[in-house]
Amino acid sequence: MKKLFLIFLLALVGTSLLALPLKVAFIYVGPVGNAGWTYAHNLGKLYVQKVFGDKIQTTYIASVPEGAPAVSALKSLASHGYNLIFTTSFSYMDSTARVAKMFPKVIFENCSGYLTAPNMGDYFGRIYQSEFLTGLIAGATTKSGKIGYVAAFPTPEVVRGINAFTIGVRMTNPRATVHVVWVDSWYNPPAEKEAALSLINAGADVIKSETDSAAPIQAAEENHVYAIGYNTDMKKFAPNYYLTSATFNWGAFYEKEIKSVMNGTWKPRKFWGGLDTGIVDIAPMTNLVPPQTKKLVEAVKEELMTHNFHVFDGPIYNQNGKLIVPSGKTLSDKDLLSMNWFVQGVVGKIPK
Amino acid sequence: MTQNIMTTTISSAIRAGTPLLFASIGELLAERSGVLNLGVEGMMLIGAFTGFAVSYNTGNLLLAVVAAMAAAAVLAALHAFMSVTLRANQVVSGLALVFLGSGLSGFWGQRYVGMQAQALSNFSIPFLGKIPIVGEVLFNRDPLVYVGYIIVPLVWWFLYKTKAGMNLRAVGEAPSAADARGINVSLTRYVYTIVGGAFAGLGGAYLSLAYTPMWVENMSAGRGWIAIVLVIFAIWDPLIAMAGAYLFGGISVLQFGLQVAQIPIPANIMKMFPYLFTIIVMLFTSGEKMKKRFGAPSALGVPYSREGKM
Repeated sequence: MKKLFLIFLLALVGTSLLALPLKVAFIYVGPVGNAGWTYAHNLGKLYVQKVFGDKIQTTYIASVPEGAPAVSALKSLASHGYNLIFTTSFSYMDSTARVAKMFPKVIFENCSGYLTAPNMGDYFGRIYQSEFLTGLIAGATTKSGKIGYVAAFPTPEVVRGINAFTIGVRMTNPRATVHVVWVDSWYNPPAEKEAALSLINAGADVIKSETDSAAPIQAAEENHVYAIGYNTDMKKFAPNYYLTSATFNWGAFYEKEIKSVMNGTWKPRKFWGGLDTGIVDIAPMTNLVPPQTKKLVEAVKEELMTHNFHVFDGPIYNQNGKLIVPSGKTLSDKDLLSMNWFVQGVVGKIPK
Repeated sequence: MTQNIMTTTISSAIRAGTPLLFASIGELLAERSGVLNLGVEGMMLIGAFTGFAVSYNTGNLLLAVVAAMAAAAVLAALHAFMSVTLRANQVVSGLALVFLGSGLSGFWGQRYVGMQAQALSNFSIPFLGKIPIVGEVLFNRDPLVYVGYIIVPLVWWFLYKTKAGMNLRAVGEAPSAADARGINVSLTRYVYTIVGGAFAGLGGAYLSLAYTPMWVENMSAGRGWIAIVLVIFAIWDPLIAMAGAYLFGGISVLQFGLQVAQIPIPANIMKMFPYLFTIIVMLFTSGEKMKKRFGAPSALGVPYSREGKM
């Protein structure tokens, strides 16, 4: 009798365990309210919560400093029964790897790093493909032939974005130049705005921002020049001059990962997905983009998605006119991940 | 072209300097009464958030600015209570204000991210705005820039030419002597800490209603700290604070102009200048004689009690 009762109890526990929602946590590098990087990740979190409903339970910890605070945040999440934890910045890579070792049953995923482990994956989006597409639009739109680029820090990721954007610009406007100003901060709205204004004063008639806030977009609207955003759709901030944005769509990736964890098919990988995976895209082009440009962008996007064409296919010249990638060759992922030189058409320097 | 660079640089310097100007004038008043309030960053954020939220919900910009000042004043009152009534450590209380301000504004502000609200726009002052170059740079601005022009000479006049201003300085320099002369030290400190907070709130409102009309978390991005440094740079003089605010503002935007012009001065060096200038000022005013004339208010950061005990 006692035995039977025990079995019954075990079965009860078992079924309740099975019915338990998957607990998914996110660690954010900034505040949710910054309208940029973290905001985009949080849109992804909200998206998966909506898709999976009560099958998952999600939480996040925002503005976690790297190092020891990140380690303790991760440990606390793991020991509170979170099964899947996304750490949404490169700066958390080492902390994630450390905590992943301590909690082998918990699955960790780090964004934009390079380390993996049996229970730790790495993920990122090929946003440079989106940047390239927005470059096509900028090149077709500029009249002065000067395009301003408000950039954060000179990391390979940002340099790659500027290069891809410029290659796109030159494809529709071979003589246009892309002028880069470094804000030296991911996030400082007034400084971002001033950076954009200095470019507009110098004659730029399209502003492309890569920093976190919509301030450069606002500066463009106020001064009647075109604006292209980053991270998320920023149309609201420049209703009369907004063209599009290069956007991350983290929700598409989070959805797939959560599904594979639920099915038990999850495996650690180095995921660097492009337009074809849905993790990156461009925001809907506004009516300011001429119809034939829209068509061109759609066609090139198709080519990129089917891998018939790569952004960094040769010939590619550097700023000094030296041939770096010959015709018929393309840059490898390794080259892309360590990029520290500008392509022809960029005006600006990479601070050393 | 050179003229163009000059005017745009001065124009940007005024824009970038205005939030610093308000915040540092506020801090200056509080410090003149002997209260060190390191919570400027937090008060600016509360001001920026409140201003934006009120503008969004009512569309009334005047109300938004007043509400921003009031909200920051409430935080400042908390600091006054801690440091005057409870005689707590002013550094600790001020730092607490920073976290309180950034935390509350971030929490309440989440639903306002990505929203659009009424913003302050430029208007040209009749006649003055028509003067070539100068008119465009100085007199075709948003209303808060004009408030900045007017408020600084007023504060200077108040500090040095009125009895109330003299009493304020007396409380910061020699509270027991002021007390003996019948000045209410606690009340004076309360009043100017709170007024100082209102100014910080005005600086915050400038950010979210005029400079970059939107709400995003921590949008002051360290300007509150620069305002505190600016008070030292200005040796507690409102007119120097005004010049310093525009100078610091100008330096912060000059780096972008230099980059566009392909003159490579590392951003880190440019960012260092405000602090470097302040250290130079401190070096020159640190002598005993200089200190008497230009130094910090003698009772700055020291809680006052009649018995002379902590």
